[in-house]
Amino acid sequence: MKLSILTLAVTLTAGAAMAGPVAPADVAYTEDGAVEASLSGMAGNVENGSKVMTTKSLGNCVACHQISALSHAPFHGTVGPSLDGVADRWTEAELRGILTNSKLTYEGTVMPAYYVVDGFTRPGNGYTGKAAEGPLDPLLSAQQIEDVIAFLATLKE
Amino acid sequence: VSMPALAFADADDDTLVVNGEIEMITKAAAPAHLADTLDEVISGWHMRSDETQIMQADDFDNPGMIFVEQAMDDWNTVNGEKGKSCASCHGDVEESMTGVRAVYPKWNDSKETVYTMEMQINDCLTDGMGAEAWKKSGAKMARMEALISVQSRGMPMNVAIDGPAEATWELGKELYYTRTGQLDLSCASCHEENYGNHIRSDHLSQGQTNGFPVYRLKNAKLTTAHGRFKGCVRDTRAETYKPGSDEFIALELYVASRGNGLSVEAPSVRN
Ligand code: HEC
Ligand code: HEC
Ligand code: HEC
Repeated sequence: MKLSILTLAVTLTAGAAMAGPVAPADVAYTEDGAVEASLSGMAGNVENGSKVMTTKSLGNCVACHQISALSHAPFHGTVGPSLDGVADRWTEAELRGILTNSKLTYEGTVMPAYYVVDGFTRPGNGYTGKAAEGPLDPLLSAQQIEDVIAFLATLKE
Repeated sequence: VSMPALAFADADDDTLVVNGEIEMITKAAAPAHLADTLDEVISGWHMRSDETQIMQADDFDNPGMIFVEQAMDDWNTVNGEKGKSCASCHGDVEESMTGVRAVYPKWNDSKETVYTMEMQINDCLTDGMGAEAWKKSGAKMARMEALISVQSRGMPMNVAIDGPAEATWELGKELYYTRTGQLDLSCASCHEENYGNHIRSDHLSQGQTNGFPVYRLKNAKLTTAHGRFKGCVRDTRAETYKPGSDEFIALELYVASRGNGLSVEAPSVRN
């Protein structure tokens, strides 16, 4: 335990200097669940973001959301609202918060938290149905989340 | 974005009559225990495409019926040290098994626990016949359950949830609403809050079990309720429970009770 606190402190200092990715447990949320700073310390890439959103093994956002700009990918779901014009409704920090931990913006939502690694019941080893081995990775990396945010920022009406 | 899906987002208004004679109740007033949650319970049949729906309307078109015929052979086949078949004790399946499927899982007085049909069949095999138990949710078990279910087709599901079964039912209810896995979703997240919506290409149903065992076009075989539960839990990125586990027995009772009033449809056809 002591050791991990030590490593954490080291990562934090290093992070301040080099602006590396912030660990899921260290994300700073505002009172409303927004996240001001880039998780990776870098800007996102729009094209990668659209790939993450349409890829089943990554964000798979289209499983639940309709997005006109991604209509080339088949089968958009209807569980969540359409994301058209989403950048008019939310700031970048709010979008980052929704992606990082949707539950802080929408209590009880069915939308997964993409940058949370603990507090789950019976976490599995991916989609194998078997128990997770060791600590979980977040569903998306810090940079993938920034990429998605860069893409979402283009969705203006 | 073109969303043709929205045009049939809700359950359709089709009616299901099997072989031109068995009228299926595919929508019913929700049972009393769901009064605060749902107005109507709806068979998963309504969420399937017309082509899939039609396959279920005639036994000649229903690929699941091949397995029912195989189970008929099993029914009459002597198996085990005692030289008996199912028919030795139960006679004609069409008479002895009528109505059985509609009330399972049910409390077993002598065993003092909730029994699934599978548990009863395995008892009959081991104790009654001196034969080996069949694999839980395996192919032989699924087809025998289908044969027995066919004898109740059209009859409304009517599992008992009070009396001695109540504690198991409560456990099943708790499991139904427990979010699992890294996606943190419960059965209710998909089948109560979002039935009628699409998740990717899947049109979400209420997750009813009145059609089980179902024939799935995807893998060309029968799937038991426990098999389906396992797949759904896995899809939340969770460690699943095992078919035949206490958890799935409780969940089977609870989910079955959510479909009380819907006709037994097995073997239904699903994608
Ligand atoms: C399992 C379903 C599901 C998945 C997968 C999902 N979402 Fe959501 N999302 C929702 C729901 C439902 C809401 C609405 C919040 C609520 O009421 O719970 C929502 C809300 C949002 C909002 C706010 C929308 C608005 O118009 O105000 C954004 C932005 C968003 N999601 C982005 C994403 C992105 C990006 C991904 C993938 C990386 C994603 N979602 C994956 C279900 C989902
Ligand atoms: C040696 C006699 C015997 C044989 C052989 C036998 N059973 Fe049974 N079966 C019983 C008895 C007795 C019961 C009632 C058990 C009870 O109520 O506790 C029963 C009950 C059942 C039930 C539940 C009926 C209800 O109304 O709840 C099913 C289903 C069943 N058997 C299926 C089978 C199948 C399938 C086979 C063959 C694989 C089989 N049985 C072979 C004696 C037998
Ligand atoms: C991530 C979403 C999701 C979750 C969570 C989920 N399911 Fe499902 N389930 C589906 C999909 C998709 C199907 C196939 C389409 C349909 O029938 O809804 C399905 C099908 C079913 C069916 C078959 C219905 C039929 O008529 O053929 C049953 C039964 C079922 N689910 C039960 C459950 C139970 C019990 C749980 C919780 C342990 C659960 N599901 C959790 C998505 C989910």
